[in-house]
Amino acid sequence: MEKFKKIESNAIPLPMVNVDTDMIIPKQFLKTIKRTGLGKNLFYELRYDEKDAPIDSFVLNQDKYKDSQILITGKNFGCGSSREHAPWSILDYGIKCIIASSFADIFYNNCFKNGILPIKLDEAEVTKLQKAAENSLSFTIDLENQKISYFDKNINHEVSFELDKAKKTSLLEGLDDIGLTLAKVNHISDFENKQKSRTPWLYSQQIK
Amino acid sequence: MSTPKTLYDKIWNDHLVSENEDGTSIIYIDRHLVHEVTSPQAFEGLKIANRSVRKPNFTLATADHNIPTTNRDEGISDPESKLQVDTLEENCKEHGITFLSMSDKRQGIVHIIGPEQGFTQPGMTIVCGDSHTSTHGAFGALAWGIGTSEVEHVLATQTLVQTKAKNMQINIQGELPLGVTAKDIVLKIIQTIGTAGGTGYVIEYTGDAIKSLTMEGRMTVCNMSIEAGARAGLISPDEKTIEYLKGRPFSPAENEYQSASDYWLSLASDEGAAYDKTVNIDASDIIPQVTWGTSPEDVVSIDGLVPNPDDESDETKKKSMIRALEYMGLVPNTPLKEVKVDKVFIGSCTNGRIEDLRAASKIAKDRKVADHVNAIIVPGSGLVKQQAEEEGLDKIFIESGFEWREPGCSMCLAMNADKLKPQERCASTSNRNFEGRQGRGGRTHLMSPAMAAAAAINGKLSDSREI
Repeated sequence: MEKFKKIESNAIPLPMVNVDTDMIIPKQFLKTIKRTGLGKNLFYELRYDEKDAPIDSFVLNQDKYKDSQILITGKNFGCGSSREHAPWSILDYGIKCIIASSFADIFYNNCFKNGILPIKLDEAEVTKLQKAAENSLSFTIDLENQKISYFDKNINHEVSFELDKAKKTSLLEGLDDIGLTLAKVNHISDFENKQKSRTPWLYSQQIK
Repeated sequence: MSTPKTLYDKIWNDHLVSENEDGTSIIYIDRHLVHEVTSPQAFEGLKIANRSVRKPNFTLATADHNIPTTNRDEGISDPESKLQVDTLEENCKEHGITFLSMSDKRQGIVHIIGPEQGFTQPGMTIVCGDSHTSTHGAFGALAWGIGTSEVEHVLATQTLVQTKAKNMQINIQGELPLGVTAKDIVLKIIQTIGTAGGTGYVIEYTGDAIKSLTMEGRMTVCNMSIEAGARAGLISPDEKTIEYLKGRPFSPAENEYQSASDYWLSLASDEGAAYDKTVNIDASDIIPQVTWGTSPEDVVSIDGLVPNPDDESDETKKKSMIRALEYMGLVPNTPLKEVKVDKVFIGSCTNGRIEDLRAASKIAKDRKVADHVNAIIVPGSGLVKQQAEEEGLDKIFIESGFEWREPGCSMCLAMNADKLKPQERCASTSNRNFEGRQGRGGRTHLMSPAMAAAAAINGKLSDSREI
């Protein structure tokens, strides 16, 4: 995984609540056996009409947000299915940071596995940032110092955010989770031996 | 004396491999279910890193999301779906994982076949790259959905790195009125706590109304824990659980069954165990529930009205209500019972089990599906289908005008050919009424199998108790 670096970009305001993973990437695009190439279909049904033509009013189709790396949205973002195609499509589009007042659990977790930073802020703060995003201001996301900053009417605004330490390190260092766990393979083997004597039926009735 | 523990605390402690310096824990995974949609990239990841599957025989795979529910002998016509299913089969062969193919009569939706095969057992940790893995919590197994990166992590290490969730108790006291089902309980719960109400928690369902449910009913409740925001739902194992699992292919052998059962019963939450949050709901207040909108929390009782956004004071909520009503093609204050349906779908990991088909067949028997309605029944597995046929349920359905299909996920997520056309309205026993879930522009109303069957007969949303 790539290391998470400081982002400087304008942000896409998407003031919708309960945006589910079917909305982020509909099922017809889940038939792929690859992780890449999903960005063009991100928010497909909101973004394109039934004849596949872009819907002008949808925010992703507006020129000024074309290269945005930040999405600012509503509560419970990413609810629904566990499909990692949702963060894959977001990343493939070029978005590396999502700001919302809350995230669905599986989606939140999936973001970190793909180098995307999801930031939780209180609802009033998110609304304020959305307004600033509508004015196409440039935001800086500084994960190291856990700060969002932007200039509005010549005033520098700074917003701090909280993040679990382990998740922060994983993003900043682009860690290989599996490699880290495999480094503790002795613990896993010890556990299996212990479990085998405590609940032996888990080992005797294996799938054949 | 040690601190009283919840069921969740006990399973967590029994699976703790080690605690990392950063506060996360490595948790051992006893069983892993795999399907075609969320696994190819995980297997690819293993290959790239030259890693192997640690415990192939703790892993069970099947194809369910992509497969056709008609003309099985012709294979899968959609080339992309076919490639995905073939890829799973090849990956299983390469790594020595048991794969139940489309032609195997044990094939079905992963969350139906796990319990059916005795693969799911109390006290286990079970994961799958599918959010409805919470279903298995009905057995007192800690079961949750994961993304593809975590699927790869489990394949390679048989563990996951986790942070412990909080404990929530949802207590359904009292007795459920006649004709009210597990689906009505869980819809009521989601309406009460909201789709984000369970975020960060593992929910334990307790109370007389939960205890009185069959294992099938308990699975329906735990299945939709994810719609309430919780990754996992749990119900304490009891005599019903022990009875259900006896003699199933992967259940503990006879000589080990007693010690396994003793362990299972010891997992119940201790008296005085502390929950971070408790919600009480009175079962006697619940009547059949249906959804009106595009979120599983948009729930009303069948005798109610389509809600009016003008009654909502919160601006954001009001906006999303207006959007939902527009999408659903509904006018505020319309009685639910006047809403006509075009399609009926009975099936899914929520309601595709034998008990669900029996409930629907009771309504269907000696009645006809309304002329303008297309109604399909999709059993959750080949074995559910077989049992239903042994009981003659297929004949009842076919005589009523329902289509009798092959098992799979089908129109719950419409990845195969079973889907709604724009503006078509469906009475569905599945779990999500999201925009476009059952087909672009399709309108989904969630409800129980009896209620969906009643909608098929009357051609509109109906109270199954009045049939």
